[in-house]
Amino acid sequence: MKKKALTARKAGLLACTVCHLLSPNGTGNCPRCGAALHSRKPDSIARSWALMIAAAILYIPANLLPMTTVTSLGMVQSDTIMSGVVYFVQSGSWPIALVIFIASIFVPLLKLFILSYLLLSVQYKSHFRPKDRTRLYLITEAVGRWSMLDIFVVTILVALVNLGALATIQAGPAALYFAAVVVLTMLAAMSFDPRLIWDAKEKMHE
Amino acid sequence: MTSGVLMACHDCDLLQSIPAVPEGCAALCRRCGTVLIRNKPKSFQRPLALLLAGAILFVMFNAFPFLTFKKEGLEHQTHVVTGIRQLADQGMEALAALVAVNLLIVPGLHLLASLYVLVPVSLNRRAPGMFRVFRYLRLLQPWHMVEIFMLGVLVSLVKLAKMAQIVPGVAVYSLTAFIFVMAAASAAVDPHEVWERWEVPR
Repeated sequence: MKKKALTARKAGLLACTVCHLLSPNGTGNCPRCGAALHSRKPDSIARSWALMIAAAILYIPANLLPMTTVTSLGMVQSDTIMSGVVYFVQSGSWPIALVIFIASIFVPLLKLFILSYLLLSVQYKSHFRPKDRTRLYLITEAVGRWSMLDIFVVTILVALVNLGALATIQAGPAALYFAAVVVLTMLAAMSFDPRLIWDAKEKMHE
Repeated sequence: MTSGVLMACHDCDLLQSIPAVPEGCAALCRRCGTVLIRNKPKSFQRPLALLLAGAILFVMFNAFPFLTFKKEGLEHQTHVVTGIRQLADQGMEALAALVAVNLLIVPGLHLLASLYVLVPVSLNRRAPGMFRVFRYLRLLQPWHMVEIFMLGVLVSLVKLAKMAQIVPGVAVYSLTAFIFVMAAASAAVDPHEVWERWEVPR
């Protein structure tokens, strides 16, 4: 690896994040695909933090409030995300319990921690393993959408168990909060600019 | 197809000139290892065939019965949209809209936009605004969640197995096939080859 890396920014060029075309500094939109051009995503750190903090706050009602409410012959039973996981463990289908636990509880939390770490590492101009941090970011970005799993399960249950007085399932308020958590963390990951990880390294060589 | 181009890595901004990438090979960023260009063989016929199959399957999984709930002589048949409509009826319009976007609208747009760009390209022509449409296509990708929905179907089946008998309909099989066909179509498109059709305006 060369000691002094030439980046698009140093060369006075703007790289389109969508189609990769290089344009000279000062170009507003990519002449090829029309995407807005920026050397780095604008306000990347502030936007990621804002979206992430919003997600972290909504994560609390998403876990405490009921996700589904089952009404069967006059009996009403509410389930949170965690009690859904516990139900699967008790009924012996632990692979399903594991899938739901990973998608609904573990991944959103992990995403919040990893993004916080990446943001802090960029803000403190860390030089620690930029290649691994870039990979960590790419994995976080790719895996986040799978948290929508529980929302889809609720959608299917609500459609299937709709038998009037015999049994109905209603979506609970947590479903809405949880969906917001997933969307917000996805947007937070998209607002983060992995090129910031490498900027600290270049400053060191100057 | 690809000849030496200057490119900045979208993950670390390193400028590098990429030599011609042979078919079936990929160029990685020298610094952070991200894939920059992947040259895929026969990149227009294959995705087009798959997209046409995808369009048929899309219509099928929307039109045919999805899951049927059976218990003690009771039968309740659902379609893919039933859940979305049911959520909206329960006052969760926002959630219903999100599910509709991820499950029906984005996959539908994805199909249309891919065909709009790739059909003319395979005939060596250009649809108006194709590069812009191709950009929207890339931006839509993370919100295309049919495969996650399918995992949701499996979880729901296990959850309801003790309560009733759930009979899968034609839509379940079409949806499964749709996932594989669309994944294969996306994997077969070489985006670089589309971008390369662009010529610098004078």
